[in-house]
Amino acid sequence: MSDIASVLRECSGSALGALTRVLRDFDLAEESLQEAAVLAVERWPVEGTPGNPAAWLVTAARRKALDHLRREAKRPAKQQTAWRTDAVLQVGGSAGLAGDPADIVDESAGLADFFSQTSSVGRRGDTTRNAPDDDDELILLFMCGHPALNVDAQIALTLRSLGGLTTTEIARAFLVDDSTMAQRLVRAKRKIRVAGIPFSMPNAETLAERLLSVCHVIYLVFNEGYAATAGPDLVRADLCSEAIRLGRMLHRSVPDDPEIAGLLALMLLHDARHAARVSPDGDLVLIEDQDRSRWNHEQIAEGEVLLHQAMSRRSPGPFQIQAAIAALHAEAADADATDWSQIASLYGVLLRVAQSPVVELNRAVAVAKADGAGAGLALIEAMVAEGRALDSHLFHAARADLLRRCGRPTEAAAAYERALALVRTDTERRFLLGRLSEVLRRQGSD
Amino acid sequence: MRYMLLINGDPSLFQAAGPAAMDAMMGEYMTFTQSIVESGELIAGDPLQGPETATTVRVRAGVRTVTDGPFAETTEVLGGYYIVNVADLDRALELATQIPGSRLGSVEVRAIQEMSEYPS
Repeated sequence: MSDIASVLRECSGSALGALTRVLRDFDLAEESLQEAAVLAVERWPVEGTPGNPAAWLVTAARRKALDHLRREAKRPAKQQTAWRTDAVLQVGGSAGLAGDPADIVDESAGLADFFSQTSSVGRRGDTTRNAPDDDDELILLFMCGHPALNVDAQIALTLRSLGGLTTTEIARAFLVDDSTMAQRLVRAKRKIRVAGIPFSMPNAETLAERLLSVCHVIYLVFNEGYAATAGPDLVRADLCSEAIRLGRMLHRSVPDDPEIAGLLALMLLHDARHAARVSPDGDLVLIEDQDRSRWNHEQIAEGEVLLHQAMSRRSPGPFQIQAAIAALHAEAADADATDWSQIASLYGVLLRVAQSPVVELNRAVAVAKADGAGAGLALIEAMVAEGRALDSHLFHAARADLLRRCGRPTEAAAAYERALALVRTDTERRFLLGRLSEVLRRQGSD
Repeated sequence: MRYMLLINGDPSLFQAAGPAAMDAMMGEYMTFTQSIVESGELIAGDPLQGPETATTVRVRAGVRTVTDGPFAETTEVLGGYYIVNVADLDRALELATQIPGSRLGSVEVRAIQEMSEYPS
């Protein structure tokens, strides 16, 4: 049963993509695929899981869709919407409905030409791993990450459509209630239909912008999994592995884009540390205290190879720079061997291409490691003086730590208290409380 | 699909740009309009008189009130529009990008609700 669930989840993106293309109707595609999945759960345990489960689902879902459309066609004409009528004609005219599901997938073959003609993404690798299903899944990813949708909607739709997560699972991951998440998805799907967001590849002029948007969605999903902003668990491995899966798919489709490779490398390098990041009691373990033998060294090696290939294209971007920083951490045999001055200078480069207070904060932390707590604290105090201070627990916690190390426990305690007021995960709260009681003791002994 | 492209902007910015820049922009509008006439995508499109010339009508309990001016005071006002018939949102966004007003103000892209989509 759980095997079937994971097979269904694995192929939901490509099946939904193929169906959306054929039916030209995302709602209908999703509805029919759900019914097909119910049928699969009934029949696969008896008949065995088909060799090509995605194709099986597409065929079954097309039959379900046709049933829907026939029922709809019998209703009075004014109740039919234009787009549904359109879809009836599409499906009705398709001879392959009862036949081999392979014909559904063949229609996307043109995409390979698209990539070979587009110099900005370069030639698409013609390996056997490039199953035609990937194209449908890629277009679906572009549709779910369309900039006409707000970012929350992009993330929710991507996880629902490509990750095969249920509405409840997505709601839990983002700590909103089911009905809020359900409404978010309904609104997003309505916008796709009503505003005419197409199921098609972006054109050459907008491809770079659209790839960036999709990379951003994938990275946000990963971050939510890796550094959960709220809730009892610090790491949500399912969100991380889904983001990595999508990153792999995107990299497979556009292998020559260095930033996509950089994004995948970045996620692999971070995720490689996840087993060591939380203690058996569920507490956060800082990178300098992590048991490096528990890092996934195979995954680190994969990330480094990807990063190296990407960097050789000499077109660095924010994802590659961040991956390079992650690689420097991963390469160090122990915390003391970390090349902090190189990390600090990479943050400086990152700051120039992607100005943000978060990056500035990270640079200050790296400078503190390389040149001493005083040097790092000076950068943070400059941010405060110049009005770029972040009111986030991470900012106050970093400032508190440097104040503590500079022997200013009273100010450190105030900063820890501010961080505690803002922190949203239990693991980090326990960590900060520990530090606070430590500085309070020291303050008392002064 | 039919879309309405609503061109919003701050009229004072347009005036501050000076007559030469205004002429250049009018030229760009002519070129853009001609291109969508030729592609067959244009349904309608016009600039509007300024909001200071607008008159607002409200009917409440059967009684009509006519007032001078627009409903709300904002710096960005509707300055003109196009109605186009294009394949999908991506093409509508592409056209919106070509409208000179998108550089000075913004262009809102709205799909037109077809009568057949009304719930019965």
